[in-house]
Amino acid sequence: MKIIIIKYNAGNIQSVMNAMERLGVNPILSDDPAEIQSADRVIFPGVGEASTAMSYLRERGLDKVICGLPQPVLGICLGMQLMGSFSEENSTECLGILPARVKKLSNTAIDGSLLKVPHVGWNEVQHTDNQLFDGMPDCPFFYFVHSYAMEICESTIADTDYGKPFTSAIQCRNFYGVQFHPEKSAGVGEQLLRNFLNLQP
Amino acid sequence: MLAKRIIPCLDIKDGRTVKGVNFVELRDAGDPVELAKRYVLEGADELVFLDITATHEQRKTLVELVQRIAHAINIPFTVGGGIKSVADVSALLEAGADKVSVNSAAVRRPLLVNELAKEFGSQCIVVAIDAKAEKGDWFVYLNGGRLATDIQALGWSKEVEERGAGEILLTSMDHDGSKKGFAIGLTKAVSSQLHIPVIASGGAGEMAHFTAIFKEGKADAALAASIFHFGEIPIPVLKSYLNDHKIAVRI
Repeated sequence: MKIIIIKYNAGNIQSVMNAMERLGVNPILSDDPAEIQSADRVIFPGVGEASTAMSYLRERGLDKVICGLPQPVLGICLGMQLMGSFSEENSTECLGILPARVKKLSNTAIDGSLLKVPHVGWNEVQHTDNQLFDGMPDCPFFYFVHSYAMEICESTIADTDYGKPFTSAIQCRNFYGVQFHPEKSAGVGEQLLRNFLNLQP
Repeated sequence: MLAKRIIPCLDIKDGRTVKGVNFVELRDAGDPVELAKRYVLEGADELVFLDITATHEQRKTLVELVQRIAHAINIPFTVGGGIKSVADVSALLEAGADKVSVNSAAVRRPLLVNELAKEFGSQCIVVAIDAKAEKGDWFVYLNGGRLATDIQALGWSKEVEERGAGEILLTSMDHDGSKKGFAIGLTKAVSSQLHIPVIASGGAGEMAHFTAIFKEGKADAALAASIFHFGEIPIPVLKSYLNDHKIAVRI
């Protein structure tokens, strides 16, 4: 199986590479459109700032390449957020694979209590019975680090509560995305990555 | 619900794990990578590696060790000790560290925090503060507790938050190594005035100390070393205890 990790100016690429290697697979890091299009699975990682990442992708034509991919694609953290239509982070037009907006996390919960932003640490992920979560408990803990989050939308397959619920995983056709970091989420993270590789489209 | 984090800290010297009692007497607790893997299996939420001699001996944390750790473990980890520049941080993050912790260098040149946050994002910049109670207030200490300053810990924590720190690692010099409990007053004072997470450190000796620092001290995470290294409190036992005491933990 040919697994491509999209190479761009994102911060967690090495961590994702290491996680895949722990699963016994050898992903290829690439920003070459033809190479990306030839993959069986594509991982779109991301830690960083939305507008800088989008500019980088557009300059290299990778925005159109990503949107046109027919094989399973997994966006991680910023990678997932960029699949939406718009991010409040520096008012950024994103890839628009699904019509969802990414908003800054509020530092005030519904009940008025104060929350710390960024949302850092392990939080519960309430998921549907999507293949991505096969073999996991009902509410597994995953590791999050983020200040922006996607609103609940039609493509939401998992949500997490931080003051109020936000989308912690999506599926839109062949595009999957997770707000948390499976590459840093111990056993359940490895399970999720394995499930992505084993997806039956 | 967001879980409170339990973070074993591995003090590193010459590529080996050590733990100082009040930072002076050092005991050897093994290979960092092996110890780290054991903690991951036990359910540690995160790990911190501090090259405790780096500032003192003007050494840099070994990038090779960070690479070995990054390949071996699947939870987040922070590396600190002797970090002075954007280049130092770049090398550690490229080697696979998720976050870096800066301490003395940030006090000597506060603009470093702004530079690091701008270059790498606040999410990976932890500012470590070593504080000691004096004259009814808390003051910042440098170089692993060897050098006093006239900087107030509360004001400094607020300042580094404004400069872009993503988390605070707060160590009480009065409690570190004592096993008599965390510094509840100090931690509560810092955590209540900040919008970023605070990791409490120093003084863990029994499980009830963790309940207290989360409930009364308002800590977001608690860090300890020797009680974990020598198996005095196994992490699964601690987490089960905290769960029984209605504290959200990842089990």
